[in-house]
Amino acid sequence: MLQVNDLHVTVEGKEILKGLSLTINAGEVHAIMGPNGAGKSTLSAVIAGKDGYEVTQGSITFEGQDVLEMEIEERAQAGMLLGFQYPVEIPGVKNIYLLKSALNAIRQARGEGEMPASEFMKLVKEKLGFMKMDPSFLQRAVNEGFSGGEKKRNEILQMLVLEPKLAMLDEIDSGLDIDAMKVVADGVNSLRGQDRSILLVTHYQRLLDYIVPDKVHVLVNGRIVKTGDAELAKELEANGYEALIGESAA
Amino acid sequence: MSDTATFLETLKARSQARGAEPTWMAARRQAGAARFDALGFPTRRDEEWKYTDVRAIAQGNFALADDADFSPAKAATLTLPLDAHRLTFVDGIFASALSDLEGLPQGVQLAPLSRALADNHEAVGGPLGRLTGVEFSPFSALNMAFVEEGAVIRIAPGTVVEKPLILQFLSRAQEQAVMAHPRVLIEAGSRSEATVIEHFCGEREARNFTNVASEVILERGAILSHYKLQEAPQGDFHIASIHVEQARDSRYTSYNLNLGGALVRNDLISDLNGQGAETHFYGLFFGQDRQHVDNHTKVNHNAPLTFSNENYKGILDDRAVGVFNGRVYVKKDSQKIEGFQSNQNLLLSDRAQINAKPELEIYADDVKCSHGTTTGQLDAEAIYALRTRGIDEATARGLLTLAFAGEVLEEVALDAIAERVELAVAGKLPERFNLAGLVETASALHD
Repeated sequence: MLQVNDLHVTVEGKEILKGLSLTINAGEVHAIMGPNGAGKSTLSAVIAGKDGYEVTQGSITFEGQDVLEMEIEERAQAGMLLGFQYPVEIPGVKNIYLLKSALNAIRQARGEGEMPASEFMKLVKEKLGFMKMDPSFLQRAVNEGFSGGEKKRNEILQMLVLEPKLAMLDEIDSGLDIDAMKVVADGVNSLRGQDRSILLVTHYQRLLDYIVPDKVHVLVNGRIVKTGDAELAKELEANGYEALIGESAA
Repeated sequence: MSDTATFLETLKARSQARGAEPTWMAARRQAGAARFDALGFPTRRDEEWKYTDVRAIAQGNFALADDADFSPAKAATLTLPLDAHRLTFVDGIFASALSDLEGLPQGVQLAPLSRALADNHEAVGGPLGRLTGVEFSPFSALNMAFVEEGAVIRIAPGTVVEKPLILQFLSRAQEQAVMAHPRVLIEAGSRSEATVIEHFCGEREARNFTNVASEVILERGAILSHYKLQEAPQGDFHIASIHVEQARDSRYTSYNLNLGGALVRNDLISDLNGQGAETHFYGLFFGQDRQHVDNHTKVNHNAPLTFSNENYKGILDDRAVGVFNGRVYVKKDSQKIEGFQSNQNLLLSDRAQINAKPELEIYADDVKCSHGTTTGQLDAEAIYALRTRGIDEATARGLLTLAFAGEVLEEVALDAIAERVELAVAGKLPERFNLAGLVETASALHD
């Protein structure tokens, strides 16, 4: 589904990713772990199309399409969605407007018509219930005045409504207490499916107790230094990154 | 013939055709004509009109309407969907058939000016022109010279009026453009509470000239919400003033919502004359194409312990021009007053223009005042966040524009008006990101 090949990315002249390669097949859940500053967030930001990241070498393809040639919205329309570590507050834009315009844009790109209002409301209310969010959220401005946990839930709510093929979640566990983490993890797990993939970027192993990945990659200094299964995350938790960095340097 | 002379000719012809009037009315009319004759139309050399060129009005050819025919079916599409008491005027002429005066509660007078004059002209003669005299501007002088119709609203002391009182001004599309000079008098008795809506709208192709003057008196402890919803046809010229006089402990709230008109000028002035009086000004203006929208506001803190708060937002697209001139004046030794003012403008196009001028004039030392004006474009980070959800850039910009307007609209207590304006803003956005359908869905959800 997603293929990243020898990706080099610089930000303000500094090389952050130094030849990263990664393949995610349909139905797989991958976790990228690594110490601060390793470039974890850079990868998802580049895939989503954020300004300020210069790809100097390598390629990213999604279902055979050249991602780097696509507009930001085209990437989302094709099925790649990024859940932010720090969701942006958008004063005055009601959640309901965001959800409806996003869903319609994505449906339109797929050649489907607008979803009828009643069906849309039914869908949204069901997903709200799943995320244990009050319907009043719909009339509130996107993330404005939300607590950290509410913002993260709202990111997952958008995913549930928009049903991406590839959900990328950047540090979705940061700032969550244990109850909120469970709700968020349940939301993410419900996104799993044969044709859908998930890329988790996380600093801590904790999240992976709830969302068990098929593959774990360790990103250090702009490169993936080790790949394994869920057990690898537990090893990291026990021994720390230092041990691994030492090992890979050796 | 000069521009001024054309209007004076029309006035002369009208005066000859008119029947007898109270002496005071004839005298004020004459004073208005003389003042207008002396001043002529303002030019951009006048500080008050520095950014607003009224030549299109001065050089226009406007007759006076002589009937109020308007299809009720068409009027129904324009009328605000509110359970209200309503006076309707068509090109300045009272339209009884489109009005609803049934069941006016005790203590409330709502009457066309012509009828109020016929019933008791002395009661009208007191307030008419007291706050907005012929000196205020050439247009107030012109209004005084021509005034024949308008509205008189009196709320008896202690009366709480449940339903809004609506003054609906319809503008027709006709071969011959017309002008109207309505005068609105509102007297809110002590401890009364009411909502008054001035609503300007009309047929799409109209290109008439409305020159309205409203005078508002709030007695001790009166509470008045005063809406102005200006949805005049895009070819209409609209000059308006609202003068408010507030006694002790009164509370006035103005919602000045401007969407229509080719050339628009609003003057809003509040005199806080008694301790504890407070005034709130909320404004939203949206200009596109070559629309010109000028808002002048002034709060006069003439007494200690008075409060004012103002929030005006402008959205300008295409080659539209906006003006915001907001002044807060604190009279000598008016201590312990608070006056806050904020003006934010959003430019959607490189060729749109805003002239913003906040002014503070303070002659007391124990005051808390602030003012600020910002002009900018949309937040790039928010646009990015929306695009990552599959929303194209144009729609993202549209959503953020609606959001900008929303910060004023959320202060609007009447949902029917907030939703109408929100829908209008959404619909006025360029076709490619017309969000009207979206807003409708959201309001339907609300129910």
